[in-house]
Amino acid sequence: MTLLEARSISKRFGGLQAVKDVSFSVAQGSIKAVIGPNGAGKTTLFNLLSGFIAPDSGEVLLRGMPVQDLPSHAIATRGLSRTFQHIRLFGGMSALENVMVGRHVRSRAGFMAGMLNLAWTRAEERDIRDRALDSMEFLGIGQLAHANASSLSYGQQRAVELARSLTSEPEILLLDEPAAGLNMRETADLAVLITKIRDRGITVLIVEHDMSLVMNISDEVVVLSYGEKIADNKPLAVQKDPQVVRVYLGEDEC
Amino acid sequence: MFQRFRHITALAAAIAAVQLLTAATGKEFFLTQLTMAGYYTLVIIGLCLLMGYAGQISLGHAGFFAIGGYTSAVLTTVDLSAWKAAPAISLLAKSGILTGRADLYGGQILTVHPWAAFLCALCITIVVAFLIGVPVLKLKGHYLAMATLGFGTIIYSVVLATSRFGAADGISSVPAFPLLPGLAVTGGSSQRVANYYFAWLLVTVGMLLLINLIHSRVGRALRSIHGAEDAAGAMGVDAARYKLNTFILSAVYAAVAGVFLTHYNGGIGPSEASIMKSVRYVAIVAVGGMGSLWGTLIMSAVLNFLSLRGYFGTFDDAVFGSILIAVMLFSPEGVLKLDIRSLVGRWIRTDRKAGA
Ligand SMILES: Nc1ncnc2c1ncn2[C@@H]1O[C@H](COP(=O)(O)OP(=O)(O)OP(=O)(O)O)[C@@H](O)[C@H]1O
Ligand SMILES: [Mg+2]
Repeated sequence: MTLLEARSISKRFGGLQAVKDVSFSVAQGSIKAVIGPNGAGKTTLFNLLSGFIAPDSGEVLLRGMPVQDLPSHAIATRGLSRTFQHIRLFGGMSALENVMVGRHVRSRAGFMAGMLNLAWTRAEERDIRDRALDSMEFLGIGQLAHANASSLSYGQQRAVELARSLTSEPEILLLDEPAAGLNMRETADLAVLITKIRDRGITVLIVEHDMSLVMNISDEVVVLSYGEKIADNKPLAVQKDPQVVRVYLGEDEC
Repeated sequence: MFQRFRHITALAAAIAAVQLLTAATGKEFFLTQLTMAGYYTLVIIGLCLLMGYAGQISLGHAGFFAIGGYTSAVLTTVDLSAWKAAPAISLLAKSGILTGRADLYGGQILTVHPWAAFLCALCITIVVAFLIGVPVLKLKGHYLAMATLGFGTIIYSVVLATSRFGAADGISSVPAFPLLPGLAVTGGSSQRVANYYFAWLLVTVGMLLLINLIHSRVGRALRSIHGAEDAAGAMGVDAARYKLNTFILSAVYAAVAGVFLTHYNGGIGPSEASIMKSVRYVAIVAVGGMGSLWGTLIMSAVLNFLSLRGYFGTFDDAVFGSILIAVMLFSPEGVLKLDIRSLVGRWIRTDRKAGA
């Protein structure tokens, strides 16, 4: 079953066609990767899928529902969560509080309930905290709960960001270069984690430069080059695709 | 959780201690200014939520105070007895929404009951805050500051130019606001102690609600917007809605203060709507440590009391202006969180770059 689908989406920034007529779909329960050289439009594609920017044309379907005109918070509410290539944590909040924000879409206390601190509000708040701690334990960063988010190391911040997304129990998780800045061992751990996340029933769409990671864990790989999709296939087939090889080895090869 | 109640209990104890101290030292007349300081504090803690937690500035909060105060003042002083025969008016009179009382000259007048006027004031405030907030909160940093300043200026000009609002003289002979049998919000010296406690009870309750709020899901969402608005959006936080609700809530705090202080003083004048008042509120939130409700409350109580007692003399406004400048220059800790500061900082840096 298709969970997320892009239908000929395009985005232009001034004179630059960042994403051009890209279509692909992500099957529920799969891990799909988006790869491509720097500036190929991968992050822009993520921004289009998650409602951060609206496409100039084309459609984004989440469970068959068009979402391309919705703002990011509305798409998040529909079960899509994302991380950022450039880590975006909430400064001035503890790691745990950051992760608790992830539960926003699955909790409901509003202004009145918050001000009156009703019994159900307190129960909900405990539940949010417990689930946030669970996510942090799952990622092995439980001991960082009370650290100030902005004081953490790069790798730890990435983990907090991931925990934040996981706490929302998304249907689909978009990871933008989660291995950036990690060493080889950490990258291998991350590969295991991502498959574990998939095994929890969360569909994963990942942008990554680390080929070993991508080829090991992905069910399918989309290749972008200058904003266009040039391949969309199983990892082995993509690796053999002559056009992909050309893009990765440089034009002067042919 | 328990700390929350410890702080609130400490506040209640401090309120009682101050009253006992004035009684013991024979300085009960201080209670008048302390009561007024309480109402201003209500405005200021609401503004603190908006500035410190939602990260939005408002240089127009005196406008909301004035909307509350003037609505109540007009409705409780306008004489409707000439229309007594009209079915709508007589229905309102029968239902208790209108009430008869003797005016200053011994005549009998028919006006809106203070409680009904209070509810009207709140409704008007919510509607105005909504209408202003929707477009204005799309702006950031100094653009938002200027837009809210514009709102404040409009309210000030309107009250100053409208004869129904008493123009430059304001509205006087606003009646007492009945709370319970034998207890009313009024400046009469027989009710001085009770009024002091009532004003600070409002502050205490207002404070408890805000503290609960900032420790709730909503408070976390507000801080996340403040921390990284785009990431908050990715987590499903509707930043525009949260900012708007916070703006409306802080406007309601200001309006409630405006209503009660107007009844306490027996009137309201245009100076309550002035930009200097708004600047003063912002200055106190800033010096209170931006984003610290308790710091703001303490600074507000002290500075408002000193100001109302006239300790700053003719330099009154200048004192608050200087405080604002000083905080902006020397206390980045408290002010860093404020968007305008980082914007101004960036602006200076790009200027330097451009100059280099
Ligand atoms: N908001 C924007 N305004 C203008 N140009 C943009 C914007 N965002 C991206 N671009 C441009 O669009 C192109 C694609 O950028 P994008 O960030 O999507 O690439 P990417 O594949 O994620 O690259 P990388 O591997 O370096 O992260 C780049 O040339 C970039 O400069
Ligand atoms: Mg990128």
